[in-house]
Amino acid sequence: MKKTVDILIIGGGAAGLGAALGAVEAGAKEILLVDRKNRLGGILTQCVHSGFGLKVFGEELTGPEFASRLARKLAETPVEVWLNAFVLSISPAKEALISSRDGLYQVSAKTIIYATGCLERTPGMIQLPGTRPSGVLTAGLAQLYLNEYGYLPGKKAFILGSGDIGLIMARRLSLEGAKVLGVAEIMPYSNGLVRNKVQCLDDFGIPLYLSHTVSRVYGNHHLEAIDLVKVDEEGKIIQGTEEHIECDLLLLSVGLLPNVGILKNAGARIGESKGAAVDGSLMTSLPGVFSAGNSLHVHDLADEAYLEGIEAGKAAVNCLKGVPEHRTMTPLSHNENIGYLVPSYYDESYLGDLLIKFRCRRPKEKCVIMVIADGEIIKTINKISMLPSEMEIIRIPKKLLKNNLKTIEVILEDRL
Amino acid sequence: MKLQTTCIICPRGCRLTVEDDLTVSGNSCPRGERYGRQEATDPRRSVSSTIRIDSTLVKMCPVHTSAPFPKAKIPALMEAIKPLSAKAPVHMGEAVCQNLLGTGIDLLISEDIER
Repeated sequence: MKKTVDILIIGGGAAGLGAALGAVEAGAKEILLVDRKNRLGGILTQCVHSGFGLKVFGEELTGPEFASRLARKLAETPVEVWLNAFVLSISPAKEALISSRDGLYQVSAKTIIYATGCLERTPGMIQLPGTRPSGVLTAGLAQLYLNEYGYLPGKKAFILGSGDIGLIMARRLSLEGAKVLGVAEIMPYSNGLVRNKVQCLDDFGIPLYLSHTVSRVYGNHHLEAIDLVKVDEEGKIIQGTEEHIECDLLLLSVGLLPNVGILKNAGARIGESKGAAVDGSLMTSLPGVFSAGNSLHVHDLADEAYLEGIEAGKAAVNCLKGVPEHRTMTPLSHNENIGYLVPSYYDESYLGDLLIKFRCRRPKEKCVIMVIADGEIIKTINKISMLPSEMEIIRIPKKLLKNNLKTIEVILEDRL
Repeated sequence: MKLQTTCIICPRGCRLTVEDDLTVSGNSCPRGERYGRQEATDPRRSVSSTIRIDSTLVKMCPVHTSAPFPKAKIPALMEAIKPLSAKAPVHMGEAVCQNLLGTGIDLLISEDIER
């Protein structure tokens, strides 16, 4: 079966919903949003805790409330939504192959917005030593089992990684009657928000082991125990510090990676955020294909993924009149104190302001951020402190950016 | 007794000190002052959980307390909501249970689940 639309949005989570609402606001009519789940909201529906919506709605909501509010907004628009549908492939000509309840569809779009979220890093990716019994799973998967399926995946749990999902799950498991024995973090600092450490660990008397990791997993069919060890300043295991801990559940909260499979297969270039390399309008290297949300780079807050979706939605509408024939693609670079930055390029034909988003590589106190275009400092921001877990967003007004720029650099340095 | 605590109202996480006479220092905004006083006299936490639901879409329905709940009573709250269940359709904001454990706080549905 065939179908033609103006804008195809892949993903119905925070960013995809933002993209749809942004595109409607900018005047688009024929929009199709596709999601593989049976309802809208993406990962938000399993995030039953509060902490969402402060930026977008000015009040603190739970994940499902945030999703439902956006879904209600979407229901008032002409956007067509296909649930239980999966996008198998997209092409640079913006043809998408979609498996839906009604059968296989070939959808031809003028623009595509890719908002498929991110994936959790697995035991294999961190080369977790030992066996692979059941009971070792990622924190987000345990969250799905517990909050959507109603299964408690273990009674005695240990958590590796102090990311926010791990901390949130420590509290959730404790409330449901499981004993959480501890959280290990390989870095000498916590990766989660301070308030999550307070209300998810301290409230339940759960110890946080900084500069620690899991050196071995035991158990053939089901997890039986782990070894917890100290690591030195370089992250290497200190022999002789092993502590044997019996447990039946090991959760991994060790980072997220943008989900780029379909986009990569279509030939889109990947940037250093591990998501697509995009220009200031969030357009990928494939003209007319945009990316936003956690599939572009991992955000701290769903609010920010949603707002980025809105930007992509507006930019996609702008592109309906015609894909820019000439893209200037001035590269954005940074110094060693910055982990990655988005976007990868600046295209002067896009009329919006340039939003630069990045994370510092290590925690920093008293530092300065400078944006330098062709050797000239165009923006300086002083910061009291910065953390890798907190994304920095800088807005460069369009009027500060000259045409025919060769380079744009972002520098982060200590302030003397 | 003097209380050292971390404010959990916003992601900033200010370190608060609450004196015996309930004066709060270390806060960056009035909400931090209110939180510090509350934490020293009657600590409360927002609680989110799930209850069973009769629905074609999901097995569990997310719920949350209508206001921060007295911390000491949270284990009893978790026991009290265990037997609860809902039937679709449900909509966010609807009360599943009112005046939980005599606190005047209700248990609210978090998500629209249509069928």
